[in-house]
Amino acid sequence: MAAERPADRIPVLEPGQTYASVTDHMSALVLRGPTRRGLVALFLLFTALAILFGYAVIAVFARGVGLLGVNIPVAWGWPIVNVVWWIGIGHAGTLISAVLLLLRQRWRTSINRFAEAMTIFAAGIAALFPFVHLGRPWLFYYLVPYPDTMGLWPQWRSALVWDFFAIATYILVSILFWYQGLVPDLATLRDRAVSPLRQRVYGFLALGWRGSARHWEHYETNYLLLAVLATPLVVSVHSVISLDFAATIVPGYHSTIFPPYFVAGALLSGFCMVVTLAVPLRGLFGLEDFITLRHFDRMAKLMLASGFFVIYSYAVEFFFAWYSGDEFHRYVQINRLFGPYAPAFWAMLTGNVLVLQALWWRRVRRSLPLLFTVAVIINVAMWLERYVIVITSTHRDFLPSMWDSASATGWDAALLIGSLGLFCFLMALFIRFLPLISIYEMRELVREREAEP
Amino acid sequence: MPSLNRRELLQMLGATASVAGLPACTREPAEEILPWVRMPERRVPGEPAQYASTLSRDGYGQGVIVRTHAGRPTKVEGNPGHPGSLGATDPQAQAAVLELYDPDRSRTPIRAGAREATLADFDRELEVRLDRHRQRGGEGLCLLTGSVTSPAAVAQLERMQQSMPAVRWYRHDALARDEVYAGARLAFGAAVETIYRPDRARVVLSLDADLVGTLPGSLAYARQLVSGRRPTPGDPSMSRLYVLESAPTQTGAIADHRHALRAGDVYGVARALAVRLGVLPQGERADIPVAEKWLDAAVRDLEAHRGAGIIVPGDHLPAAVHALAHAMNERLHNAGRTVLHLDPVPAGAGSENATLASLTDSMRAGSVETLVMLGVNPVYTAPADIGFAGALTELEYSVHLGLYADETAALSRWHLPEAHALECWGDLRAYDGTPSLVQPLIAPLYGGLAALDVLARLNGRKETAHGLLQEFWRPQAGSDFESFWREALETGVVPADTHGRVNRTVQAGLERRLPAPGPVDALELQFRPDPTVRDGSHANNAWLQELPKPLLGLVWDNAILAGPQTAARHGVVDGDLVRISHGGREIEGPVIVASGHAEGSVTLMLGYGRERAGRIGNGNGYDAYALRSSTAPWVADGAALEATGRRAQLARVQQHHGTEDREPVRESALHEIGALAEEGGGGGHHESLYPGHEGSRYQWGMAIDLNACIGCRSCTIACQAENNIPVVGKQEVARGREMHWIRVDHYEQGSGEERRTYFQPVPCMHCEHAPCEYVCPTAAAVHDSEGLNVQVYNRCIGTRDCSQNCPYKVRRFNWLDYNGYESGRFRKLATPAPQRNPSVTVRSRGVMEKCTYCVQRISAARIEAKKDDRPIADGEVVTACQAVCPADAIRFGDVSDPSTAVSRWKADGRNYVLLGHLNTRPRTSYLARVRNPNPSALGDDDDGR
Repeated sequence: MAAERPADRIPVLEPGQTYASVTDHMSALVLRGPTRRGLVALFLLFTALAILFGYAVIAVFARGVGLLGVNIPVAWGWPIVNVVWWIGIGHAGTLISAVLLLLRQRWRTSINRFAEAMTIFAAGIAALFPFVHLGRPWLFYYLVPYPDTMGLWPQWRSALVWDFFAIATYILVSILFWYQGLVPDLATLRDRAVSPLRQRVYGFLALGWRGSARHWEHYETNYLLLAVLATPLVVSVHSVISLDFAATIVPGYHSTIFPPYFVAGALLSGFCMVVTLAVPLRGLFGLEDFITLRHFDRMAKLMLASGFFVIYSYAVEFFFAWYSGDEFHRYVQINRLFGPYAPAFWAMLTGNVLVLQALWWRRVRRSLPLLFTVAVIINVAMWLERYVIVITSTHRDFLPSMWDSASATGWDAALLIGSLGLFCFLMALFIRFLPLISIYEMRELVREREAEP
Repeated sequence: MPSLNRRELLQMLGATASVAGLPACTREPAEEILPWVRMPERRVPGEPAQYASTLSRDGYGQGVIVRTHAGRPTKVEGNPGHPGSLGATDPQAQAAVLELYDPDRSRTPIRAGAREATLADFDRELEVRLDRHRQRGGEGLCLLTGSVTSPAAVAQLERMQQSMPAVRWYRHDALARDEVYAGARLAFGAAVETIYRPDRARVVLSLDADLVGTLPGSLAYARQLVSGRRPTPGDPSMSRLYVLESAPTQTGAIADHRHALRAGDVYGVARALAVRLGVLPQGERADIPVAEKWLDAAVRDLEAHRGAGIIVPGDHLPAAVHALAHAMNERLHNAGRTVLHLDPVPAGAGSENATLASLTDSMRAGSVETLVMLGVNPVYTAPADIGFAGALTELEYSVHLGLYADETAALSRWHLPEAHALECWGDLRAYDGTPSLVQPLIAPLYGGLAALDVLARLNGRKETAHGLLQEFWRPQAGSDFESFWREALETGVVPADTHGRVNRTVQAGLERRLPAPGPVDALELQFRPDPTVRDGSHANNAWLQELPKPLLGLVWDNAILAGPQTAARHGVVDGDLVRISHGGREIEGPVIVASGHAEGSVTLMLGYGRERAGRIGNGNGYDAYALRSSTAPWVADGAALEATGRRAQLARVQQHHGTEDREPVRESALHEIGALAEEGGGGGHHESLYPGHEGSRYQWGMAIDLNACIGCRSCTIACQAENNIPVVGKQEVARGREMHWIRVDHYEQGSGEERRTYFQPVPCMHCEHAPCEYVCPTAAAVHDSEGLNVQVYNRCIGTRDCSQNCPYKVRRFNWLDYNGYESGRFRKLATPAPQRNPSVTVRSRGVMEKCTYCVQRISAARIEAKKDDRPIADGEVVTACQAVCPADAIRFGDVSDPSTAVSRWKADGRNYVLLGHLNTRPRTSYLARVRNPNPSALGDDDDGR
């Protein structure tokens, strides 16, 4: 079986696939659609959760952020945790698409499309949470530098302004990149669609793609350029978000390790989410030939690598708390270990440090159930990491008189669960209407394999 | 009627209809509206006017100056010229403007069983009954009032007793100071009022007395005591305060030496002191729970400062302790110097046969036909053992005058709405007997009657309260009544001193008259008035409900206080519901473990568990009156406490009371005060990458003297009244969302004799390097040219980054629609619009707010100064917190001018800034606490905590 072969001997595309079979398989998923009743039920569940999310957002808009578990001193609650978490998840997509493209890692081909979709949906959901967090979300445009009669601009020293630009840029570039990747496939769908409506819609979206050599030449150049443009964003988004915290004077926030730490954490959670999605997709849509154990092995190794940077960051936080000699900083770390929120901290440590080590074993990396379990646990632990950072730092900061805890409400839970539902809902729509694996790039793989001796 | 034709019938019908319509013609007749030809003086549209008046502080007068905007009273300030205020007020006075506009106030007369009733109906009924009573010299007519300190009302009562000798006048005041007068009788043979002059004292020994907190003269005492406790490195002199107390009080918190003991043990200790001072004969060696050394040191100190010491016993202690205190003060030559005697201020104080218990007996015996209750709520506040409510239900005819249709109103035949103190004429005596006038600031909103109006009716007089008041004061005025009256109204103090000081000496043979000290064994039960709602009469006031109680930080509830060991013995912790039983009655309430509370004793707070207080006051807390007996109203022995296993939710504004060795409050012993100056103010290093702010002429700053602060939290509620700060309710406070702009932090440290309690008022620090400013993405938090850190509400979108980055956590956020504009949830808590200060924006949901240093007052002063073309003088801008402070602990002014009061404080060696190492450069700074312990080594022992 596969598990007995060394990693590089497992192909990224199982033998036996041809141009035709690849194209048939992928376009059939879109054009014929799922017929299984289970899938429809699942979709209805996602829809319900997405509606729950919408309901919770409307409630918070209508009645105020006081519905959520926030107070003074913990003025930032779950919405901020969710922003950071979702943005983190949205991170791996760009890395896989752009950076691995530039590094000519061909194995990225079968996962980049849905990883990019994941990125866009996750980043989009992340971008919704600041609105939920704001006291007066209808005035969000004060963050935008627009000419106004009062001569007012955003306050440029504030990391929140940079944050706004970082997220907006990231989403825009991600969408461009994703859409460009889709164009040849949309043309394929246009050509294969039977219903006139689909022909028109896909035809419109395909932007007149005919697959001429000139098209391909421009296409490839532009794709590489976009990849180059997107690459710095892998680093910029999460490091800028980390400045929301690092640029304050709050012990537990105020730390120079935060930018790289956040990026590493984002990559870790991003890869975990890719794995979390890839495992069920592979089984549900018969993609065993396209997403092979080699992919999982590679992603597990990336998880391990980024995970180690996260572990290093944890260590550095504690070291500097001690080394700074600052009693407030020290107390925050001690309070994380033994304070009222200690269970969250230890659960985070268990997931991100202990469970991660399982990936040293090839057996785990190549066992889908085990790998899936590890990925889900780390996803949860990464959420807890952000929770620990956001909540525990201010709940006991400088003056003991203002020490207090905040506990989450049902609305917080509804927003988090609802956002997961919305994410799955969007992913489901994506799978239904767009090819979840890049058809043309798979065809390239087929060709490459045929070219091999 | 045989010959009634159709035409006549119609005529008669028409006439009947028009006559029937007449009484309904209560609308003002239509009149032409004309603008002022000549503007009345001092009425400038938009400019507030101020009037002196008097508000009651548990029956005693405190002089106030009330600010009105366009005829609406909006803010109460203390009257510096009034001895009971000295410029300060208690929290209840601050909340009076909210009470005035309370929509739950009673609005119409209510007659039991009738659907509608009018005052005219009442007058008709009363007249018939009064005629009957008058024929019998007033027999069967009874009057029940609270403590009456109003000279005009007393005159009316006396007049009534003259014209109807058989009328009986009973007094019931849940907080009556009966033991004080009984103690004086025991010592002097006559009831006297005792007042103190802590400003003349070098040594004060409190026997379970809350000198700066709850005594009638506390506002003045706090100011006077603190005036002797402001040492500087240049002039290190300071009075010394010894406190023996059962439940933790504000006085104990600022003491130099404090020892906890049960209230029942105080008598034994007082005897031991008396023996040492030679008041009682030697030979008595009782077992007392205070170290000999402690007492010896205190006694030596008192003897070393003869004539400059005070021994002050708590109001709730038995008469014998008061008598001993009188004897000791006399022996130490304090009497006449620091301890002064007057005739009792409340009329008939201390008389023993006019109590509620004897009234109830008469009611049961059937000798009461008509009972008139003025401004009291005995059904709620009566001791549980006398069964007043039952007797009242049986009574045929009872009349209740009250602000609210309360528990008593429900059982009375007639309820009449009472006019609020800000709506009617009257007068009150202060704790030292000084009379002052109550003048109305607004016509009665609901057409209520003053107590004087009812007394006039009982006397068959047609005069208004105003008429009766003038009638009383006219003979006192001398020749020129008009100028006398005008001066009394303008200054807020009646110029004629009608309440003389008396000189009393302790009658011989005191030791024979004193009871023998008895043992205290079982659990002791104490009753105390609640610090905010007092006896419960303020229960429907949302500001007071949400004002954190000193030392506890508790809001919207009362609790049962127990010492840590007592709590541990019963296995209860904070918030556990316990059952307290005593004398066959029991109540259930939540426990708060109060470190510093005497062991073997629990303290219950009165004033809660109301059923008919109104929408705000109903159903909060437990009713301690249900355990109170008429024989032992303050301290009872032999109670039992058992845990119920259930818990109650308590909302407290502060969760941690330890300092975690972070020294938010600096402290030094008096003899080491120089070291404070050497240590420096913690201003931090002054390097910065950012350019400094451009300065303008004035640079505002504040300094707070922590050695003066008594933790009363008047500043908190004064700020609330001034700055339109919303009330958020118990649930929101429990979630950490209280809105008060200035909080008073409370810390406890150490144990035994070394146990220290600190208060620290924390408004916005107005940092020059404000962490809130640079993180705000929309520039809503900005610095102004006068050094104020200002919040632009319009620009705030509610990211709350400013609060996250504020190391002092002084910012407050409108999490929900706390002003009740949108939803129903906060509407009942919302402050009625007429009270709102028109100079301060009401903040909407989703906006951050915080202390502004009362920027509207700065603006007002600036405008005044500009009109006169002069600079703003020092002391012209007084913030709301500063104005109300009884201890004068806050100074505000221009810090760029070294001659201002605030600059002088900041130049003091005690000055320091909070968290100075962060280099935030706060404009608000603190003067360190100073402790003045007795050098003759106290403190190494420590059984008491």
